[in-house]
Amino acid sequence: MKKLLLVVILLLSATSIYAGGYRVGAQGQRALAMGHTGVAVVNSAELAFFNPAGLVFLENKLNISAGVTGVISNVKWQNEQTGAFAETEKSIGTPFYVYASYSVTEKLTLGLSISTPYGSSVEWPTDWEGSHLTNSIDLQAIYIQPLVSYKITDNLSVGAGPIFVTGSVNFNRNLNRTLTNEEGERSNVEIDASGVNSWGWSASAMYSPIENLRLGVNYRSEVILKAEGGDATFTNVPNSPLSPVSNGTVSFDAELPMPAELTIGVSYELNDKWLFAFDYNRTYWDVYESLDIDFAPDDIPDSVNPRNYKNSSIYRFGAQYKALDKLDLRVGYYYDQSPVQSGYFAPETPRNDSQGYTGGFSYQITPKVAIDASFAYLRFKEIDESYDHYQENGQEVTFGGTYKSNAFLPGLGVTVKL
Amino acid sequence: MKNTIKYTVLLALGLVACEPEFENSVEENEVYTNGNADFSTYVAVGNSLTAGFADNALYQQGQKNSYPNILAGQFELVGGGEFVQPLTSDNLGGLLLNGVQIQDTRLILDVDASGSLAPVNISGTPTTEITNTLSGSFNNMGVPGAKSFHLVAEGYGNASGVLTGQANPYFVRFRSSENTTILADAVAQSPTFFSLWIGSNDVLSFASSGGVGVSQEGNLDPATYGSTDITDSNVFAGVYSQEVDALMASATGGVVLNIPSVTDTPYFTTVPTSPLGPDDLGDQLATLNATYAQLNQAFAFLGVPERSIEFSATAASGVVVQDESLIDLSNELTQVLIQGGFDAQTAAIYGLQYGQARQSNESDLLVLTSASVIGVVNENRFAELVALGVPEAIAGQLSVNGVTYPMEDQYVLIPEEQEMIADATASFNATIENIATANGLAFVDVNTLLSNVANGGVVYDGGLITSEFATGGAFSLDGIHLTPRGYAIIANEIIEAINNTYNSTVPVVNVGNYSGDPSIGSGISE
Repeated sequence: MKKLLLVVILLLSATSIYAGGYRVGAQGQRALAMGHTGVAVVNSAELAFFNPAGLVFLENKLNISAGVTGVISNVKWQNEQTGAFAETEKSIGTPFYVYASYSVTEKLTLGLSISTPYGSSVEWPTDWEGSHLTNSIDLQAIYIQPLVSYKITDNLSVGAGPIFVTGSVNFNRNLNRTLTNEEGERSNVEIDASGVNSWGWSASAMYSPIENLRLGVNYRSEVILKAEGGDATFTNVPNSPLSPVSNGTVSFDAELPMPAELTIGVSYELNDKWLFAFDYNRTYWDVYESLDIDFAPDDIPDSVNPRNYKNSSIYRFGAQYKALDKLDLRVGYYYDQSPVQSGYFAPETPRNDSQGYTGGFSYQITPKVAIDASFAYLRFKEIDESYDHYQENGQEVTFGGTYKSNAFLPGLGVTVKL
Repeated sequence: MKNTIKYTVLLALGLVACEPEFENSVEENEVYTNGNADFSTYVAVGNSLTAGFADNALYQQGQKNSYPNILAGQFELVGGGEFVQPLTSDNLGGLLLNGVQIQDTRLILDVDASGSLAPVNISGTPTTEITNTLSGSFNNMGVPGAKSFHLVAEGYGNASGVLTGQANPYFVRFRSSENTTILADAVAQSPTFFSLWIGSNDVLSFASSGGVGVSQEGNLDPATYGSTDITDSNVFAGVYSQEVDALMASATGGVVLNIPSVTDTPYFTTVPTSPLGPDDLGDQLATLNATYAQLNQAFAFLGVPERSIEFSATAASGVVVQDESLIDLSNELTQVLIQGGFDAQTAAIYGLQYGQARQSNESDLLVLTSASVIGVVNENRFAELVALGVPEAIAGQLSVNGVTYPMEDQYVLIPEEQEMIADATASFNATIENIATANGLAFVDVNTLLSNVANGGVVYDGGLITSEFATGGAFSLDGIHLTPRGYAIIANEIIEAINNTYNSTVPVVNVGNYSGDPSIGSGISE
């Protein structure tokens, strides 16, 4: 099993991961099909992510859930004042997860969670109108977490574990709106850092006040990815003592926060057929004040990019219907508030409020193995927005226009119970 | 189960094609209208300003940022077709004629040995061989150096006439045949829309050469004009009408642009008329003033005390200039100096040197190229004096441009010359506006636009665009031609004029996306 996990990680970490606002909600096909609810649902090893406290309530000795989602996102931009337009490259992000739990005693279950809750891959056409802000970004982070789930009483449990995070970031933009080298090629900087490691933790509880009703709470701490000594490469800078920088690679330091997240929720089993769930998510995005890149040489000014994100909420609703003995159908909806404030709409995370429509099913192939499928459609309203905090000659220059995005998330997974 | 997986995969693939759509999409041509004009075949006719000339050269990046190319990009949103330009071979600029370099590479701003900033030619050898004539037709018919009557001059693209000045090397590169005219090649494309910006060189070549030429007012045969003469106003009006008529034959509309005042360009406004500070003269100042005091006495004796020359010890002073509008007093001056005790040879040299000399004042304009010669020994004059038997030390002292040796005509626009330029510009501009009105064409008053740039500047999203040399944002390093940002401003004015005239809604560009910074790179070391 360990070998398989490793292979899956290697395969998947090589590909990019979607997000705008860079939180990607695709940490379990069963949960995603129900609007990504799960903090109060005892169903499978997906609990390792949504609420580790619930792992101890799983009936089987060993539970494994694994899956991958294809995130197909499109963003279009246009500016009616100038007639300029652009759209992001088609790329398919693949957030994945592997969860396992093992029941040691009746009161104690150990678990493991590997997931990719944060990531982003946006690629605009090189040298497009907003290239002084972003040509492309590729952010990846893998969360690896050993877990303990402990039953205090028959209707109350807690769970927790440290999180090891390993990430990488690649970000490319042009130096400014107009500088080119002697051949007219736009001067560019690309920053790249990989193997950036950090630690965090999560803790959770689950409580069942009456039969068929469960309450859950889960808190995941913030993780600051600190890239130290990454590579910043300047290209296409004119060969002149008057150039602001020189071509070549220098080292840089930067920080990117993966914000803390609090989820509370409730689930209710109406009867043998129907289960309903509601989750409320709060993500503490206000930690993301500014993306600051500190270049090692003193003569290269720091790149300061205010972000000023605000805390945001997600409201999630889901239902499960046992259609056949071997077939569970699921449906859900969620409303996802964007953390991006007006005037801070940077094209690297072109995300406004979205509505998620989800559905899916599980089919029990054998008594021990089930296939989980989910599908989500994210709808963003057309929005006129701008980023107003780009500095040129000490003056703030606006970049804006109309954005329209959508995203499709088909996902497949497997649940094994032994 | 297999089927389920298959359908899921198919569904996923199908979704990749599911793109978000704007309510009114720019890309799908749902936002703008072409009004009464047909932009499908746009042809631009003009001179260097139309070609995208900048930094004293034609090079690919400049051409890419020519105002016609910027316009064509916007016209694409309202049915405009492909826009082909006769691109040069490189980004160095400069031209070759049969392998021999006949034009310098473009200017860049560089740091010289003393640490100060100066425009120099970018290093490299030009690769644009004009005899490698391009095939096909070209929407951008801008030919650097062309005057109004050159557009209808046969043989203007014949390589054999380049060195004699009968032909234009830039047109040689892309003319359809040796005897064609610029206008004929433009009309042959049956433009549905045209722009015409011509006439600047009809005055500018006179102005930028410091008024070396003459006004040809009254001479109706342009074939007899010198290259730096001012065109006769009737010749101008005649060829301009002819050109508009020819372009109108196939076009649904067009736009014409008038001529800027040369005095609004940094080429004429950068060097101050009092460029010599006390520090520039140092300990020579007293000696110079003592020498000039003797000369000033002679001027007073001759009744022209206004020609007195004196350098201030506390403030900047004017340079000594040659003013050909002054009565030549060389002989009289020589005689007076001999009577004053000068030996005959010295008196003769002084007499000739200062017979039409005076000190520059605020009425004069010193051209940009004077900056690099003021205070420098004039080698030609030095050689002349040495040949006359003047000892080298004294010859050197008498040959310092603007200090002892009067600035030559080509570096100074005296008030009389400025008046000739202003009169011709006003006359040509009246003609252009009248013809535009008579034909219902869109009209752009570039003269007022660049006057606004020069007087206070115009605002854009990154600040202010002025005509300050190198840093103002509007003018390239030659001080006459525009930066990409300057050309973008022109393009936006044109778009507004077109929209007003033809009820179209072509969008303007964001001038902040076009460079207004001086070109930099590594230059040819001096």
